[in-house]
Amino acid sequence: MTTLKTKVLPADGHLAATSSGARARHTPLMPSAGMRRVWLTLLGWGIALIIFFPILWMVLTGFKTEAEAIADPSLIFTPTLESYVAVQARADYFKFAMNSVVVAFGSTLLALLIAIPAAYAMAFLPTRRTKATLLWMLSTKMLPPVGVLVPIYLIFRDLGLLDTRSGLIIVYTLMNLPIVVWMLYTFFKDLPRDILEAGRMDGASTFQEVVYLLLPLTLPGIASTGLLSVILSWNEAFWSLNLTSSNAAPLTAYIASFSSPEGLFWAKLSAASTMAIAPILIFGWLTQKQMVRGLTFGAVK
Amino acid sequence: MSKTRASGRTVGGLRSLSLQAPAVTLLLLWMLVPLGMTVWFSLQRYNLLMPEMVGFAGLENYEFLFTDPALWRAMGNTLVLVGSVLTITVVGGVLLAVLFQQEFPGRGIARVLAISPFFVMPTVSALVWKNMMMHPSNGVLAWLAGVFGLPAVDWFSALPMTSIIIIVAWQWLPFALLILLTAMQSLDEDQVEAARMDGAGPIAVFFYITLPHLKRAISVVIMIQMIFLLTIFAEIYVTTSGGPGLATTNLAFLIYMQALLDFDVGLASAGGVVAIILANIVAIFLVRLVARNLES
Repeated sequence: MTTLKTKVLPADGHLAATSSGARARHTPLMPSAGMRRVWLTLLGWGIALIIFFPILWMVLTGFKTEAEAIADPSLIFTPTLESYVAVQARADYFKFAMNSVVVAFGSTLLALLIAIPAAYAMAFLPTRRTKATLLWMLSTKMLPPVGVLVPIYLIFRDLGLLDTRSGLIIVYTLMNLPIVVWMLYTFFKDLPRDILEAGRMDGASTFQEVVYLLLPLTLPGIASTGLLSVILSWNEAFWSLNLTSSNAAPLTAYIASFSSPEGLFWAKLSAASTMAIAPILIFGWLTQKQMVRGLTFGAVK
Repeated sequence: MSKTRASGRTVGGLRSLSLQAPAVTLLLLWMLVPLGMTVWFSLQRYNLLMPEMVGFAGLENYEFLFTDPALWRAMGNTLVLVGSVLTITVVGGVLLAVLFQQEFPGRGIARVLAISPFFVMPTVSALVWKNMMMHPSNGVLAWLAGVFGLPAVDWFSALPMTSIIIIVAWQWLPFALLILLTAMQSLDEDQVEAARMDGAGPIAVFFYITLPHLKRAISVVIMIQMIFLLTIFAEIYVTTSGGPGLATTNLAFLIYMQALLDFDVGLASAGGVVAIILANIVAIFLVRLVARNLES
């Protein structure tokens, strides 16, 4: 924390003193401060609610009857669970949810396992090619998946990986690997080198160094990297729609199956959507503060 | 002296290489094998519907592709989509970050609500917008237009590209906000206060202090979003299926149609190669920009 502050601005004491004095003098001179606060509150909440509205509306619609769902918008209705019951009767939510959980967490663990040694080497044993390797890794992310869909599809077909969880885990691991390596690299690089060197002096092997020093010290960074990887895998729709059909289909496929209903079934669609996003939305709410550290690639402190 | 350093580097380099090997090898395989196959297929006559018509096609697929107006249309659409969404999310994200940095009651909850769309899967957000927001007769927007006595808009047939842009921007604006808001928190209040003392108005403070402070964060936002926006698929798949006509067909969707709907593997692969080249042009430009900004 201290390094951040000094890095931002070398504010000298003189400047700080003047400005805090100014703040004290200005406050009573601003009669509009109260009004300003009211406007800010209205604006802030107004915009937040507009952005959130589609999600709110979807959740509410899931508790309506089909007739109410397509009637004029109304906040007053008797909540019912009939859509949830109907949706569950049509397709087993838990099967899809289980696939999503296994694939998202499985691919994240695997990506971390492969990325930690690589990021360690890049951060603590840099060579002249390290920067170039990192940039190259990131550039593989820009490869449009659709450009390689056909070969991957054919390879998967021949290896029997189509519509399997392992197949999807492999794809997601590779899909997120560049971002995971890059993020871990930034976190590792921030760690003071002498801590690891002290461990080496005491005779720690590379493996011990990583497991007993590096990982515990950078746990928050590793966590935020993992969180982002889980969210990206959970929401990924291109590979999951094209490589799975029934056995390994995750929640993205579950939802897509509701996209062309015969007629209007908005309440059921909303109920299904709510169930599909609820786990990851709550997960995101709980972890957003933590996650943001990783998302910024260490560029924003 | 130089000799020892050189040998030290080699030993360290070897260890470094062996530790990086799994990640690098896997990514190389993941990139080169399909890439090689895509290039190979793109030079073949390979249509799953016409199994007897196989063989070397040379540049036939590319010729067909480049003379097909659909390709140029799709490229144009891709650029319009990426450009519009980037502009909206960066400008909107900066403004919202400034707003949510001010103190007001319930700010924490308001922030969480505003970043929520980022966690919603693209298929769901596309379905919700298509059915419940933008539906021409029963959607919330149609109802709202009715309240104000305006005619309802049939979004996906009258303004297809605009509709897609709105949906995608709704998903990514929260992401920009999340990053920029974090960056705002390290903005030095004393510096702002000092500028105010010197007579700078809020607009001057914004342009001379806030915006320069956000520069690196903005380049991160642009880079990450570009990676994802170039390959937008689910939103189009669920809403317009690339139509009406080719109005919302981007490169990703065009190749998808050729590969999986027309079963023309050769042509789709040629499209894939074009998409990869295009992405690499963008990547070179971007990686330079971001690398420069992240270095300092």
